[in-house]
Amino acid sequence: MTELTHLTIAEARDGLKAKTFSATELTKAHVDAIEKARALNAYVLETPEKALAMAKASDERIGKGEAGALEGIPLGIKDLFCTEGVVSTAGSKILGNFNPPYESTVTRNLWNDGAVMLGKLNMDEFAMGSSNETSAFGPVVSPWRREGSNVSAGASGRIEGTHLVPGGSSGGSAAAVAAHLCLGATATDTGGSIRQPAAFTGTVGIKPTYGRVSRWGTVAFASSLDQAGPITRTVRDSAIMLRSMASPDPKDTTCVDLPVPDFEAAISRGVKGLKIGIPKEYRIDGMSPEIEQLWHQGAEWLRAAGAEIVEVSLPHTKYALPAYYIVAPAEASSNLARYDGVRYGLRENGRDIADLYEKTRAAGFGREVKRRIMIGTYVLSAGYYDAYYVRAQKLRTLIKRDFEEVYAQGVHAILTPATPSSAFGIGEKGSDDPVEMYLNDIFTVTVNMAGLPGIAVPAGLDAQGLPLGLQLIGRAFDEETLFAAGQVIEDSAGRIRLPQAWWA
Amino acid sequence: MSVDEKTVRRIAHLARIAVTDEEVPHLQGEINAILSFVEQLNEVNVDGVEPMTSVTPMVMKKRQDGVTDGGYPEKIVRNAPATEDHFFLVPKVVE
Repeated sequence: MTELTHLTIAEARDGLKAKTFSATELTKAHVDAIEKARALNAYVLETPEKALAMAKASDERIGKGEAGALEGIPLGIKDLFCTEGVVSTAGSKILGNFNPPYESTVTRNLWNDGAVMLGKLNMDEFAMGSSNETSAFGPVVSPWRREGSNVSAGASGRIEGTHLVPGGSSGGSAAAVAAHLCLGATATDTGGSIRQPAAFTGTVGIKPTYGRVSRWGTVAFASSLDQAGPITRTVRDSAIMLRSMASPDPKDTTCVDLPVPDFEAAISRGVKGLKIGIPKEYRIDGMSPEIEQLWHQGAEWLRAAGAEIVEVSLPHTKYALPAYYIVAPAEASSNLARYDGVRYGLRENGRDIADLYEKTRAAGFGREVKRRIMIGTYVLSAGYYDAYYVRAQKLRTLIKRDFEEVYAQGVHAILTPATPSSAFGIGEKGSDDPVEMYLNDIFTVTVNMAGLPGIAVPAGLDAQGLPLGLQLIGRAFDEETLFAAGQVIEDSAGRIRLPQAWWA
Repeated sequence: MSVDEKTVRRIAHLARIAVTDEEVPHLQGEINAILSFVEQLNEVNVDGVEPMTSVTPMVMKKRQDGVTDGGYPEKIVRNAPATEDHFFLVPKVVE
């Protein structure tokens, strides 16, 4: 029998139903694996007692024939989702030991379907980062290593050598899924934070259409861009998990009142007769030949499966990233104004209230977060609002219009690379110029700006033996086509062989 | 456009983040790098383009204007660093 931690969600579901193993055994296997993998720093909080109690309840429900859609499936939760009675930090010092008296809608939906919580996953502070290096709890170590790399687990339980980053901001989620420390993980994506780490770790990640998943109880970064989704090891698993995460929600006015489709049923649809667009503006200067080759290969796979491949144009693509770096910090500066040292979290006392605010926020926020709050404050300030913020929102209209025009030509989905490169090493990017790090999101950020769904699927390995992903972008509320086309990529590429547990 | 040290201090104050003298030049460099990156947006003619105000076109959900939740002050103040009788404590703001 396959190791319990190496099952897919679909296989685990079948095994639990057939009583080949119990939810308690499945959870215990993961609790043990997590304990041996602490050097990766993927979990910021392990909740083994809670996990085993939830698994026991699952076993009882399975025994009574009352199993939910995710009954007994052990999951990791990005620490951006508030979980009742379990400390939630958003990867920041400023939230201190914040212990939410409520449960986010996403996690509530998962528990209602019978899922088991293994713990809270590391992430970039307030989801601001592309490498998990901005976390107040230290970086996450990718389970992947370059071929011939000297990275190893030292005797002290620490990692030796320059390790790779798992991507970010959902770095803990991606690393935990790739290292078999959970069967699937929740994640969030504001500019690429699900799809980029998925691509870096050989996992599948989908950012659904804006409004598909409720944002209630999820710590806000940029409210018009944030959307939650799953990271899993297969396309089918993402379809299973997204169906449980999504729901209409009266507590989030931007969450749509649309029924959630059976995404899993869509994966076997295939792509016969679909028109897949290849946007010429994504062929950027200096693109690595490996990425170019992979992209071409992906198009050939879809063509071989019966899709029609057409070249399309999204002329405002290059403006998406600069416009994002106005819109996202502006919204962040407003959302993060709530961290004032008064109602929750860290507090540094001062001589008056303004001094208390300033000292608390100076001590509680990390460098990247401070930088973005300040950029946001500047672009919203009197005299600069029209020049920066309003202009960026106009660009956003143009970016969205580009997609609408392509879809109006009958294109069902768009194929692009997920990232401009494979994973890089810790400390390699962005130390002098923040823009160098931001360029990681160049292929993913357009999707957030237009509110569309996007999926990253592993499609191959580069010359260093590291995974590369392809991205499919869909029409609004048509995640089903992404699952169908994503499955074709997965079947054609073959499942990526994930790293052996060298850290344990 | 670029910002000078004085502007960096003013932004920091508006954002209610205390900055040290050593931090200011670093922040200035980083903020200017980002501002110069976003400068390219000026190449685009945006005349007559409406700024995006809603990501997905939808009618805003409305509900009855009524109390739906509440009545548990101890939960509300549970995470506060300083409280007294279900009130948040702050330094004196009115003389």
